[in-house]
Amino acid sequence: MIRDITLGQYYHTESLLHALDPRVKLTGTLIYIISLFAADNVTAYLVAALFLTAMIVMSRVPLSFIVRGMKAVAVILCITVIFNLFLTPGIPAFTLWKLTVTWEGIRGASYMAVRLTFLILGSSLMTLTTTPNNLTDGMESLMKPLKAIRVPVHEIAMMMSIALRFIPILLEETDKIMKAQQARGADFETGGIIKRAKNMVPLLVPLFISAFRRANDLALAMEARCYRGGEGRTKMKPLVYHRRDVIAYLVLVLYLAVIILAGKLGPL
Amino acid sequence: MSIICDHVTYYYGKGTSDEVCALKDVSFQIKDGEYVGLIGHTGCGKSTLVQHLNGLLKASSGHIYYNGADIYDEDYRMKELRGRVGLVFQYPEHQLFEESVFKDVAFGPANLGLSKSEAELRSYEALKSVGLQDEYFYVSPFDLSGGQKRRVAIAGVLALKPEVLILDEPTAGLDPEGRDEILGLVKRLHQEGITIILVSHSMEDVADNAGRVIVMDKGEILMNGTPESVFTRIGDLEKIGLAAPGVTYIMHKLKERGIPVETGATTLDMAREEILRVFAG
Repeated sequence: MIRDITLGQYYHTESLLHALDPRVKLTGTLIYIISLFAADNVTAYLVAALFLTAMIVMSRVPLSFIVRGMKAVAVILCITVIFNLFLTPGIPAFTLWKLTVTWEGIRGASYMAVRLTFLILGSSLMTLTTTPNNLTDGMESLMKPLKAIRVPVHEIAMMMSIALRFIPILLEETDKIMKAQQARGADFETGGIIKRAKNMVPLLVPLFISAFRRANDLALAMEARCYRGGEGRTKMKPLVYHRRDVIAYLVLVLYLAVIILAGKLGPL
Repeated sequence: MSIICDHVTYYYGKGTSDEVCALKDVSFQIKDGEYVGLIGHTGCGKSTLVQHLNGLLKASSGHIYYNGADIYDEDYRMKELRGRVGLVFQYPEHQLFEESVFKDVAFGPANLGLSKSEAELRSYEALKSVGLQDEYFYVSPFDLSGGQKRRVAIAGVLALKPEVLILDEPTAGLDPEGRDEILGLVKRLHQEGITIILVSHSMEDVADNAGRVIVMDKGEILMNGTPESVFTRIGDLEKIGLAAPGVTYIMHKLKERGIPVETGATTLDMAREEILRVFAG
């Protein structure tokens, strides 16, 4: 049950997308997200859809696996659509009870739905094809210029990679403690919201203790191996751009150009 | 009255890229009052198997019967099963959460819906039976030593008054003294009539008391029989990364040197008897 969460998970397989440098993928995702919010006509969205489809096919991640991540955000998506639908002023299309739906509302709601769907699919495609370690490496390298204004880039990246590394461990731990308490007759599934929250105590207390214990152990292990932060630290696998990464950057520039062009041309 | 596992198969992560078959067509029976040792290498599926026996994991295919009833029936009362088949997890002290030892032990019986006085009585009995002194009853469980914590956690399951007690690696991470204490406790509980399933990768833990040994490897049952019959197959055990008890090796070595001993001994006492017999005769 608890293992079904796929958002932010890595899917292991071999594909061109998996092989790309994380910096390219991060930049690409950023460009894609910007393009989604810059685009405001059907042609542009078609281009964005085409690009996303091509990427999904290239990633070799099963579509069912990507879509599963959408489930978690379906509620947020619905709320956004409903708000857009009913609360946008403009020319009325029809009235439903006391709420008026406008043409602008329909347009805005469908754009927002497409935008958010593409955004989630696009960013989960990035995490699905990039290992957490690679991802933080890429971020650290991309954020390096910020060091000039005293942003602790290495520390942020280290904290991120530790956090990511601990998600599966803590999930497993939660699963284990849950089972252990269920073996003592604990019930996590039934009852009202207050009862359920109360029932979480036997789960949360051991989980916090275990998290602190692990954090303590990790800190000790890092100190024992003379960890002193990012100064002068080298990497076992430094990030190097290959030919495919350069080509990928060119593709991204091309995509951006087409999206801007589509925006200028207006709807077909 | 017994537990019957009927062709149980279980997959972890079914339908994902890392689907793993944890149990392959496992069948066996455990009778009332038995003391069964379940051994196997780390990751062989023994922990997965015992989690099936009280319904924490549901088999991908196959059936489990407790006292004749199929536990996967729609109207089977799972909570009652968990009271009857007590499962002590690996490192059970990690599940302690209450502010006092006594309250923590009473968590289980309270969940079974017992009255407050009955739950307290059971908790008291359980704590007495694991040999914890009264002065520790109202301290925080986090202030206890490792061995004490583990005994409190076992008491937490004993307070359910289970008919079957499953212990998953109960001696892991304990010093020899703590290990003997826990194994002694398990032996006493067995003598009181509780069916015991002891999961371990250490032969010595199992050889001393178990009446039957089940050996697992890669999700399958490899051997199932008396300790003597299992431990004579030293070669097969070593092939799957296990070892027979130390004394069994000594008996084999003695035989190789030409001393006519039977090699079936699995405990220190049996070995002594056998050697004395040979030298007396």
